[in-house]
Amino acid sequence: MSTRSKQDRRRFMNVIETDSLSYIYPGTSKPSIRDVSIQIQKGEFVLITGPSGCGKTTLCRCLNGLIPHFYQGELKGSITVAGLNVVNQQIYELAKHVGFVFQNPENQLFALSVEKDVAFGLENLGVSREDMRQKVDWAMNQSGIYDLRERAPQELSGGQQQRVAIASVLAMQPEIIVLDEPTSFLDPLSAKRIFEVVYDLNRKLGITVILVEHRLDLTARYADHIIVMDEGTVCQDGDPRVILQSEEARLIGIGVPKATRLYQILKKDGARLDAEVPLCSEEMADIIREALKNR
Amino acid sequence: MIEAKDVRFTYPSGVEALKGVTVTISEGDFVAIMGQNGAGKTTLVKHFNGLLKPTKGKVLVDGIETTKVSVARLARNVGFVFQNPDHQLFGETVEDEISFGLRNFGFEKTVVGTRVTWALNLLALAQYRKTSPFMLSGGERKRVALASVLAWDPKILILDEPTIGQDYQQKEKLRQFIMQMQTQKRTIIIVTHDVEFVAECNPRVLLMSDGQIIADDEAAQILTNTKVLEQASIVPPQIAQIFLDLPELDLPKHIIDVYEARNLLLNLLGKEKSG
Repeated sequence: MSTRSKQDRRRFMNVIETDSLSYIYPGTSKPSIRDVSIQIQKGEFVLITGPSGCGKTTLCRCLNGLIPHFYQGELKGSITVAGLNVVNQQIYELAKHVGFVFQNPENQLFALSVEKDVAFGLENLGVSREDMRQKVDWAMNQSGIYDLRERAPQELSGGQQQRVAIASVLAMQPEIIVLDEPTSFLDPLSAKRIFEVVYDLNRKLGITVILVEHRLDLTARYADHIIVMDEGTVCQDGDPRVILQSEEARLIGIGVPKATRLYQILKKDGARLDAEVPLCSEEMADIIREALKNR
Repeated sequence: MIEAKDVRFTYPSGVEALKGVTVTISEGDFVAIMGQNGAGKTTLVKHFNGLLKPTKGKVLVDGIETTKVSVARLARNVGFVFQNPDHQLFGETVEDEISFGLRNFGFEKTVVGTRVTWALNLLALAQYRKTSPFMLSGGERKRVALASVLAWDPKILILDEPTIGQDYQQKEKLRQFIMQMQTQKRTIIIVTHDVEFVAECNPRVLLMSDGQIIADDEAAQILTNTKVLEQASIVPPQIAQIFLDLPELDLPKHIIDVYEARNLLLNLLGKEKSG
């Protein structure tokens, strides 16, 4: 879908690469993902979306080695993450490269203070004290929770808790962060702040972000690359602006942002709009302003 | 009908979650309760089925004070679907889960069978009839929880964050289902952060902040009022935001619907000559 051909893409550095990856959970017979071949370049902000049960979460579990090391079952094909063959690596080795943020931060936080939670992963790696101090402070600053460092995670709001979860992952300085619907439980403003923190980490530090989301209204604007899954397979893979206005995307039933939808139906009804398809309201407002100027 | 009269509620921890809420929800109403995390939304709706009783003030359901009846009796009329399905599910199979409430309310065996099948089909769960709910994805578990309450057809349905983890098609089905319930005069109360879903459904919105209702109006009015939205940590839906970003055009203010937006803009932009 992208302007670059597949072969060209191989010349860029792929931080994640799967080839014909299929997986069947134990006790089931139908593959949860089937023949998934994707390439993700270093520094990309990737959005994975698709109907519920399409295999998004299963694919993410392969990225940090939970599959095949924690979930048994049958894995076929190959998967390389940060240059490591996931199947041959220990989970703790992969954890240095891939951080995971879940839907519900309550399931991830357990320590008595924010600081201790953020330090936990490093303690397990046997990092020196000064080094740990520095990394923990840095991670808390990046996530905007430095002022909360002595508080108990349980006392914090959902949005603050999710930022603690992000800081805990960040302290490990991973090259890749995978977030599985990280803001489902948050109010819209807190959700927006989380996405902005993540986007900032992506732009400033070049961390590769893999975000699993249904709510493209909130997230499409950040994406360089969208992967749409349906029934365990990848059905679209490429440029968000191309994919979100495709008929296919609409038919699978992914939630095309309203600004994109408005642009599409205006175009269809013959409105004069020249600019590229918008992914958010700000872009759409600019397009309307511009169109009126050129009348 | 639900009437809350100056309801105050303080949790045992000392947190005052409701600071005087007065509201009436009539039969057949469709209400969305919105507001930031910790605003008191879930605390309020837990008063509607008697799970919580007011520290001060009172709540009446169909004229009867909730302190005077058991939760089990209220549940027959007021169905409650929790935000986190894992707080609700325990059955060994999806079928067990859905039939549990029906059996408890003493429905006949044949009725239980038809109701279960009806609910399974309605929520696209038929293929999981014999599956353990815990094998399912988050979004699917959420639908099982909803199916198990819908099965006994309560007059008032409370859904806490029903769209979390649901894809666009499931949300669209949920919307159509709510509309259908509306034609049968069922009362629907949803607690939600999903502004786009609310913009599409256009219900009455109760906006909460810090234990109080700060606005009570149609969705189109509230979702375009930046002042109250900000107070409640809500961002406007995209269509509203586009119009808010273009104040210089002097367009009507309360637009949240894509097609309404299209009509307005099409007039303004003019069409390209066809042919």
